[in-house]
Amino acid sequence: MSTHSDKYIQRYNAQERLNHWVTAITFILLILSGFALFHPALFWLTNLFGGGPWTRILHPYIGVVMFVSFSGLALRFWHHNILSKNDVQWLKQIPDVIQNHEDKLPEVDRYNAGQKLLFWTMIATIPTLFVTGIIIWQPWFTPFFPRNLDRFAVLMHALCAFVMSTGIIVHVYAAIWVKGTLRAMIRGTVERAWVKKHHPGWYKRIVEGNDH
Amino acid sequence: MALQSLDIWRRSATTTPSPSQREPIEVAKLIDVTKCIGCKACQSACQEWNDVREEVGVNIGSYQNPHDLTANSWTLMRFAEIEENGHLEWLIRKDGCMHCADPGCLKACPSPGAIIQYKNGIVDFAEENCIGCGYCIKGCPFNIPRLSKEDSKVYKCTLCSDRVAVGLEPACIKACPTQALVFGSKEDMKDHAAERIAELKERGFENAGLYDPQGVGGTHVMYVLHHADKPELYNELPRDPHINPMVAVWKGITKPLALMAMAGAVLGGFFHYIGIGPNEVEEDEEEEKA
Repeated sequence: MSTHSDKYIQRYNAQERLNHWVTAITFILLILSGFALFHPALFWLTNLFGGGPWTRILHPYIGVVMFVSFSGLALRFWHHNILSKNDVQWLKQIPDVIQNHEDKLPEVDRYNAGQKLLFWTMIATIPTLFVTGIIIWQPWFTPFFPRNLDRFAVLMHALCAFVMSTGIIVHVYAAIWVKGTLRAMIRGTVERAWVKKHHPGWYKRIVEGNDH
Repeated sequence: MALQSLDIWRRSATTTPSPSQREPIEVAKLIDVTKCIGCKACQSACQEWNDVREEVGVNIGSYQNPHDLTANSWTLMRFAEIEENGHLEWLIRKDGCMHCADPGCLKACPSPGAIIQYKNGIVDFAEENCIGCGYCIKGCPFNIPRLSKEDSKVYKCTLCSDRVAVGLEPACIKACPTQALVFGSKEDMKDHAAERIAELKERGFENAGLYDPQGVGGTHVMYVLHHADKPELYNELPRDPHINPMVAVWKGITKPLALMAMAGAVLGGFFHYIGIGPNEVEEDEEEEKA
């Protein structure tokens, strides 16, 4: 492929990177404003948004932006994230993953099973957060829904926020842990050696000129 | 007595004790529905004292006016026509905040000090701290708080905490012409109710009784009902109100646990980096390629 050089391989184009970072920035704003209302110990985070009422006002609008942005990511990347037999074996060998014994793992293609599971966790939680968020959006939409649905929605919203945030903690740590990864989302390229080591299946396809 | 009643028992979204050294008397409003004539003097007095006015509405074939509680109508006479023991009964219930001992609104509220429970039992909204999220509405088992369309703050009966604080009874009590409304210590109100219930039983209302639901720890607004066995006759007064379990789970132990789990994930990552270390492409691997 023309975008690959001797040293670097193109992993994400500029559109993909921008899409990712719009999602990431809105995610951070949502986490800060959402966790302000999640537990009293974190209510001080409302100060970052101009106080309690402003936090309540802004959070859902940011949420809509994130949902739209994430939908773009989902449409771009879903076909890379179908689980394979190798992925099941990879998950069984989680201790090897954690101990950096990558040589013992089955061949990984463009994404490993952990990355794929994160993708599907986001697919499960973000639309749920969107729908439940609409239901509990005061003052616009809540009055149209029955009280018990409203109660269920706020519970699910908190639960999905917890699952998503835990997933993102793993996602961010993985980018710190596996050196050379962050470059993929900042510059768009990764080193050839990085691809060979972490994504040998994908590397084979690149060499064959069959990487999409 | 001044300010004594304003000692705070609990504040919303606050995990440490509030000033609560003194021990004021628990107060209660007793609503004897069997004495109520439906004159709505209490509704008028409430709006008068609290400086709120309801818009003029339309008649839909009931004396009930307005049709529901609103951000301006903190108390409402609810009228029900039912058939009981073979004859028509016109049941009138003054609806409004019950001032629960275990308030679902306060439990649900995420904003510190937006909902306060005074030690005398009054549950009060401090609208200046309200952020307009409507969580209290989800928490309430009696469907009482109303979000204002004008300012996105939530309003409800204060039990005239401002009057009670200076030794006066709530405005509705003062206005009631039949003494269907009385106010005093919760103990005295229970004694008074017991006398009334005995009288009602003599008059043939076998199931007369006090409504002081224990599912919410008892309330600081209590009813004397002729049909205490069927509270739902009185415009769906809940038989056994509880804070909804979904609210209890949402606001209970799960959130501190979730926070600890997330902090654990961050710490786990840090310790992994320290203990096992990053996954790097070794230099010889790079050279091997070249």
